Formats: sequence, structure tokens, C-alpha cells
Amino acid sequence: MQMRAKWMLLVVVCFTMLLGCAKSQTTETSTSANKEPETAQTTPAAEEPIELQFYYPIAVGGPLTKVIEDMTAKFTQKHPNIKVNSVYTGSYADTTTKIQAGIQAQQPPDVAVMLSTELFSMLDTNAVIPLDDFIAKDSSFNKEDIYPAFMANSQVEGKTYSIPFQRSTIVLYYNKAAFKEAGLDPEKPPTTWEELTQYASKLKKDGRQGIEIPGSGFAYWMFQLFSLQNAKDVNQNLMSEDGKKAFFNTPENVEALQYWVDLSKKHKVMPEGVIEWATVPTDFIEGKTAMMIHTTGNLTNVKNNAKFDFGVAFLPMSKQYGSPTGGGNFYIFKDIDPKKQAAAWEFVKFMTEPEMAAQWSIDTGYVGVRKSAYETELMKKYAAEFPQALVARDQLQHAHAELSTHNNGKVSKALTDQIQAALTGTTDPATALKKAQEDADKALAPFNK
Amino acid sequence: MTTAKWGERLKRNGFAWALLLPSLIFLGLFTYYPMLKTAWLSLHQSDLATPKPVFIGFDNYITMFQDAVFQKVFTNNIWFAIGTVPTSMALAFVMALFADKAMRGRGFVRFAYFYPNMIPMIAVANIWLFIYTPQYGLLARFASWFGQSDMSLLGHPDTVMGALVVMLIWKEAGYFMIFYLAGLQNIPKDLYESAAVDGVGVWTVLRRITIPLTMPTTLFVAIVALTNAFKLVDHLWIMTKGGPDNASSLLLYHIYDTAFSFYDQGMGAAMTVVMIVLLLVLSSLQFFGWDKKIHYQ
Repeated sequence: MQMRAKWMLLVVVCFTMLLGCAKSQTTETSTSANKEPETAQTTPAAEEPIELQFYYPIAVGGPLTKVIEDMTAKFTQKHPNIKVNSVYTGSYADTTTKIQAGIQAQQPPDVAVMLSTELFSMLDTNAVIPLDDFIAKDSSFNKEDIYPAFMANSQVEGKTYSIPFQRSTIVLYYNKAAFKEAGLDPEKPPTTWEELTQYASKLKKDGRQGIEIPGSGFAYWMFQLFSLQNAKDVNQNLMSEDGKKAFFNTPENVEALQYWVDLSKKHKVMPEGVIEWATVPTDFIEGKTAMMIHTTGNLTNVKNNAKFDFGVAFLPMSKQYGSPTGGGNFYIFKDIDPKKQAAAWEFVKFMTEPEMAAQWSIDTGYVGVRKSAYETELMKKYAAEFPQALVARDQLQHAHAELSTHNNGKVSKALTDQIQAALTGTTDPATALKKAQEDADKALAPFNK
Repeated sequence: MTTAKWGERLKRNGFAWALLLPSLIFLGLFTYYPMLKTAWLSLHQSDLATPKPVFIGFDNYITMFQDAVFQKVFTNNIWFAIGTVPTSMALAFVMALFADKAMRGRGFVRFAYFYPNMIPMIAVANIWLFIYTPQYGLLARFASWFGQSDMSLLGHPDTVMGALVVMLIWKEAGYFMIFYLAGLQNIPKDLYESAAVDGVGVWTVLRRITIPLTMPTTLFVAIVALTNAFKLVDHLWIMTKGGPDNASSLLLYHIYDTAFSFYDQGMGAAMTVVMIVLLLVLSSLQFFGWDKKIHYQ
């Protein structure tokens, strides 16, 4: 009798579990059925409710999920029929991983912020749509208003695939108090590589470095600034525009890497080895380094925490000024209802409107992506109080696309590994870049067939 | 005849099987099925250049074993295991002996040893990142008394692995101590009493009673420690990203990089298979080989 009761219980348990599985399966199929595009009508009727899945990463400090929530709430106020479910998806890498998993399961989000350099990976996985039709049809969106340096990473073969959102460049931060102490004019930051070395050696003392340049995770990005500044031609970048070729091993690049290595090995104004990305701003704030080269994304952090007067300047030049851009763009995904794509476009447009771009820039330290953002009252007021915020914007005329190619993960890692090898003294710059070029060529070979 | 046997067997074992069924379903669904699927995927080329997987046999494995980065990462992982496992186990054993004997503040001692294990790996990585920071990090301040403050342990290929090994030992030893404590308490007290009556020295007691009788614990801890040496990679995201130049990269981290930053899923799957086989061999060696040499009583 008791045995029987046990059996019954077991059967019941098993059935409930099976039911649970079956149920989740049916809901899944029904949602995917809903996603079948209704080809008859593509323009969204104003009153028809639409829900958007929006994935976004956060890469700088501060309570930014709240800022994003506020922005999406404002959007829904303006477009009551579109509800945006904003999902914070961790770092850039986590976000991309989640999106890739979604793409494989044919359940991508509708709109997302990802690194601008993911473009070729997104195209190779056939995941995103070009936005040219939206841009052409939409008179309220002026593409020319977006800084061309930021658009460079969005475009390939004449098509635009993403809209810049949280974008940065690299600038020189310097400690004005330390400049005074070393007998340097605090209003005259170094403008050339020679000056940078000279100033740094004057600023260096016991317990204080002359300059710090991070070499950990984003070494390829930091290297790109030296490379752009030292390039023979102003428009010579580390890669071809179609993302199929890498140009790492050039005499100018070897010089550029040699200069970076020399700052510590020869001139002794920078700590030896690879300097950790995250500790550099802390070192600067603590006065342990008199200058640092870092992303503008840290501007707000330094402003809030530095107890001394600091300046922000253009990166010193070799043959010309130069900096890569960085950061994230909006992408709209393929294989979703065209009505959702249209709604997503409205959302992207709203999020990059001048007022929004200005507010986002002030809250984060990212550069406002549109020229008109700097014409808003909000930004004018902020810039008057804090002129350092304008330096990155002004430097944009010398900025170029961030390293972005097909097979981007492998190509940028090939460069980062070898830069680190050169910085730690395992190899010399010429051998390092030769090796990086070989690895990159190998990774790009399938795309050059 | 066979049918009768089957019927009898089913009667005897059926209930046990039925009880196992739910967990077997889940294990199959979330462990064995993905493993088989991974093995199958590892025989394909599936990366950004080939959106539709192409069957290529064992090419991924051949490329993998020739790949300098894979070789480096693999050797790194072996050194990481050699560095962390014996030391953390020995330390755990000594700590357990002390925590077992400590008369006063027993609870406090145990807690103090165990607490690193309660902190998530990510937090540990952040703490140790600060400890290792040049110039004003904890270690740098300490070293500055000896006139050495600019050392950047995480920034040099020669020192980075050692620095990470020390951190992991700190984190793991307390965890293993708990197992040893339990093991020590299972040793019958009369053994020690009779040893004391016979006037046997402390070292002999340790060598002849304590160590042999905690061997089952040692076996278990060794398995956990070895697999952990291959499983724990969270700290790499925070501290080094596998750098400089892959000097601190570990197998699992490299697998993640390959599969999710390079989108090279075929290769990622092949490496995963290597990792699974390695862990299976390690644990089976212990279960089938060493098992016989252990005194359970």
C-alpha cells in the first residue's frame, strides 16, 4: 500500500516536470510565431502598442542604469505606443555574448548598444540591418550633424549600420599643481613627443611618475594613437576601410611602438612593464603620476575626485595630431518584425537627439556625438564651468576610426599581445609588429579570398 | 528465463531508478547532451568566416596543438595547478591541526581561516589588485621599507603567475581546511590516547595516525583543488585579462576568448573537449588508482 503511494507520488512529480518543460516550449513557439513579419504593412500605426527589447552595457562609473531608465521613460512619454524594456547586460563583452547567443537562438534583442568595432562581426553573422533607408526617409535626422570621426566606425562600403551613442577618444590629462612645482607653465601642456618626454622627465621625482599609459586590456587602442600621430599620411590607419587588411608592420609603426617603450626603458619617466588600465586614473588622482593618457570616459571621475587643478589637452603629436575614437553605438537587428525595426529607429533617433546627447555627455564624460549637442543651453552652461569637457570634442577633427576589421577579436588580440611583449621587454618593437602582422594576416586570410 | 530475471530486477531496482530519473533527466539535458554536442561541434569549422559549420574532422585539434598561444596557456595552467594545489593543501592541513587544537577562540580561528572563501572571486580579485598595485598598493608600501616600491608584479610576465598563485592559495586554503577539520574529528580519540599511554612522540603520532587517517579527505580535497585550478578564472577578467602577452592566461579563459571574443566556436569546442578529457582523466586516476592505497580505517 505504502509502496503504491510512493509510486503515485513519483509519477505525479515526473508529470509536473514534464508539463513544466512542455509549457515553456509552447510559449516559446508562440512568441516566435508572433515574430513572423507581417509583410503587408510595414509602417507602424501610431496607436498599435509595440514592445522593444533594448540591451545596453555600462562601461564607466556612476549610477548610469538610472539615467538610461529615465531616458527611456521620456521616450515612452513621447511615443506612448512604444514600450522599451531596457535590459542592463553587463560589460561590453557580456552584452555582445548575450546578443550572439540570442542571434543563434533566433531571438535577438530589437535594439542594442555594442562596441562600434563589432560592426564586421555583426555583418559576418548577418545580425544587423543597414539604416540608410531610415536615414533617407527621415527628414528629422541629419546624419551630417554627427561627428564624422564617430561615423567612421559605422560605415562600410557606403552603408551605415550603426548610430554613435556613447563615444570617447583619448586625451592627455595633466596635473597643473605638479607643473607649477616642476617650473612648467600649467597653461602650456606638451604638444609634441619631444616635449612630452622633456616635461615628463622634469615632472618625475621620487614617488611620482612623469607619465602613465595603460598597456593592459586595450593596448591596441593606446598604440593606435601613437600610430596615427606618426603615420606618413594623415589618413593612414591601422586597417583598410573595408576591414579586410591590417597594416601593423610599417616603419612608422615600429617607430611609434619604440617611442612608447622608450618612455619607460630609455627615458625612465614611466613605470616599466604593462600598466593596468584601471589603476592609471587612480594613480593620477592620487598624484602618483603627473600626466596620464586615458579615455575621456574618465573625465567625470577625475573631475569629481582629483584634489588638485588639472588640465586636459590634445594628445602630443609626432607628425600630426591624432587619436582613435572608441565606445558604443546603436545597432538594430535583423529577423525581427519590421514594425519593431521602425520603432527601434525612432528610439535610436530619440536617444541621440541633441538634448539627450548633451545630458548623456554631462552624466558620463562621453563626448556628445552630435555637433548640435554643443549648441544646447545645457551643454553651453556645463562647458562654461568646465572647459576641459570641450577638449575631446575639439580633438575630434584629428580623430580616426578605432581598429576594426573582420575577425576583429583575433586581429586586435594579435596586436595587443605583441605590444605587451614589447612593453615588457620580451621582444623588440620590430619583431613584435612583424609577429602581430603575421597573426592578423592569418586571421584575415579567409576574408580575402 | 531472462524475462523473469528482468522483471525481478525491475521490481528490485525500479524504484531506485525512478527516484534517479528526475536528476538524470536534468543531468542529461544540461550536462551530457551539451558535452556530446560540443564534441560534435569540435569536428567542424564554425567561425566568422564560415557562418554555416563545415565538417573538417580533426583539423581543429591539429591546429590547436600547433598553436603557440594554446601551448602557452596549457603550460600556464599546469604551472598554476602545481603552484596552487600542494601548497594550499599543506597549508589547509596545518591550519586544520591548529584550528582543531586551539583551546581559546576556536570559533574565531576557524572563521578567520575560512573567511577568504566566503568572498566572491571577483571581490577577491579586486582586493588583490589593490594589494599588488605599484607605488601605493599594500605590498608596495611594505616593500618601500626596503627601498623597492615600483615593482609591478602583475605587469611582468615573470612575476604575474606567481602573484596569482599566492592569491589563489590564500583564497582556497581555508576552504580545504574545513574538510580537514571534519576529517580530523572523525579520527577515534582512543588512538591518540593509546599513543599517549605508549609515550609516542608528536611527530610519530602525526605521521602514523593523523596523516594516514585523513587520507580519504586528502583524496577528496586533491580532486577539488585540481579541478579548481582549471575552473577558477574569474580573477583574470579583473586583474590581467590574461596578459601581459598571455603570461597569466588559463585554459578556461582562453576558451572563453576563443568562443566569445573571436567567435571561433569550432576551436572553442575543441579546447573544451580537451579540458573535459583532462578533468575526467584527473578524477578517474584518483578514483581508480590512488583509491586502493588509502586506509579508510
